[in-house]
Amino acid sequence: MNTPSQQFEVKPKLDESGSPIGELLEISMGPHHPSTHGVFRMDVVLDGETVVKLKPVFGYLHRNHEKIGENISYLASMPYTDRLDYLCSMTNNWAYALTVEKLAGLAVPERAEYIRVIMAELTRLQNHTCLIGFFVQDMGALGTPMMYAFREREKILDLFESVSGARMMCNYMRFGGVRVDVSDEWLAETKKVVGDYGKFLDEFETFLTENEILLARTQFVGVMPKELAISASITGPMLRAAGVNYDLRKVDKYGIYSRFDFKVPVGEHGDIYDRYMVRVLEMRESIKILTRALADIPAGPVMDPKAKLRGFRPKAGEVYGRVEGPKGELGFYLISDGSPNPYRYRVRPPSFINLTILEDMCLGHKISDAVVILGSVDIVLGEVDR
Amino acid sequence: METLEQIKARIEKSVPLTKLDILPNECPLGERSLLVEAGRAFDVAKFLRDDAQLRLDYCSNVTGVDWPETVIKTKVKKKVVVEGVEKEVEETIETLRSGHLEVVYHLYSMALKHGPIVLRLRTENRADKTHLPSLTPLWRGAEFQEREIFDLYGVIFDGHPDLRRILMWDEFVGFPMRKDYVAPDDFEYEPTPHDEVLVEAKKHYPVEVDAVAATTANNLNKESMNP
Repeated sequence: MNTPSQQFEVKPKLDESGSPIGELLEISMGPHHPSTHGVFRMDVVLDGETVVKLKPVFGYLHRNHEKIGENISYLASMPYTDRLDYLCSMTNNWAYALTVEKLAGLAVPERAEYIRVIMAELTRLQNHTCLIGFFVQDMGALGTPMMYAFREREKILDLFESVSGARMMCNYMRFGGVRVDVSDEWLAETKKVVGDYGKFLDEFETFLTENEILLARTQFVGVMPKELAISASITGPMLRAAGVNYDLRKVDKYGIYSRFDFKVPVGEHGDIYDRYMVRVLEMRESIKILTRALADIPAGPVMDPKAKLRGFRPKAGEVYGRVEGPKGELGFYLISDGSPNPYRYRVRPPSFINLTILEDMCLGHKISDAVVILGSVDIVLGEVDR
Repeated sequence: METLEQIKARIEKSVPLTKLDILPNECPLGERSLLVEAGRAFDVAKFLRDDAQLRLDYCSNVTGVDWPETVIKTKVKKKVVVEGVEKEVEETIETLRSGHLEVVYHLYSMALKHGPIVLRLRTENRADKTHLPSLTPLWRGAEFQEREIFDLYGVIFDGHPDLRRILMWDEFVGFPMRKDYVAPDDFEYEPTPHDEVLVEAKKHYPVEVDAVAATTANNLNKESMNP
């Protein structure tokens, strides 16, 4: 199970006399390829159409985010976290704020906790919707499904914009709360969007879940065994699709997630179809959480009065904080030496680590399946390259 | 989960060790960590993964940290008798901390849903003895993260199956995450038409152009000489 992928030897098929049939073809797929979801390259070796070797190559967007984080103040890193996984800036903000709060011992007011849950679940909804749109496009359904997905995503982005001022680069959370309070009108509008989301999912699923092409392209393709998934530190929907019940919202119960009643969808086969299905079911659970949170949200302050925005210097020490992002475990590791800047600022990027076994999933499949498998991993290169 | 002291005692019982320390953490909500000598790190990690009570099957996060050589100043209050009167004098003691690179593993258990145990490994120095055992054979999830630490910090992981640069390009020289790394100021240098480029380019000029240029330059010089 721990066999490193490099030990697969590349050998062409041999005929009876022992001489190779045909030759292997080496293809550099990307970095500018529509199916790679950004500047990402796969060095693929093909035997006919079958993948016999695949090496992911990335770093084209590398800007040494961690070094930048070491040279600026704690708060100044907050807008940079938006740019990690630029589809889910709200959960990135939360992960970072949560870690710093743990380091400095700040408490978060009740209302801010609710707002954070609402924002995180809205992010999960739009990320998964978006992803399914992209992923169906990878299989050749050009345009229409993605436009359906983007139509719905736009409604959520409008909500983000009206409260934080930005559609994607929200920069909304602060250490000890959130930046601005939400209005009652905003909550009413969110209730409406969330209420309609189930209907959209029903419609989306009518087209996709039992679609013959989708079934043929995804079932038993890119299978990831449970043991390998755990060993390779896979997290998020990818892990749960492989049959491991591990959701940080349940395990760590960070924030106020212990108050909500929701299920963790778990797959059975660990193939692409399970990954798709886990995401759809997760969205339905998110709607449940959102409905509950929007009904229960109390009035009150949204910032811890002890929190300092200027001259913030946490005491020396180190801390690791993590949240369940839409793509998996998003963690931050901070070492403080008592100065205004962190001594070490580390991001544990889920999509970077989920790529570890891309080769293992693709080996033996056709090159066109490799595209779908990559799509099902759900990567964002802003986070992979950092 | 057991306390770190209990875990330490059990490790010492089953793995022959010379050094295993529990490092304190000044942050009250943070975790303390286990500092393991590099030579035995693989066995300790294997014990932590396979032990029935711990089952740390999930290596969540691998981090590199650079600790350059620094002088640590600690202030100590001393009582000194000066001319028969007892006085309290503050004295600064300077200790030199040798530099090293550190790799931190955050281990959790997916089976038993507990954690983290923080495991720290240190290299001997930052210059030539930067070897550490790779834990990728135990946890595949460390494969890319160790590659990243090799890339950005220069820790060489012995036993890693594919130790190459991962974020920087292969031809890159240096380790950008180290504290003393200075980025060259000509990163985006592109040759522009002056100096040695111009000399090169001149080889391709036709003779007439050169002659014209020479006379113009001559005239310009004369003008500037006689205002």
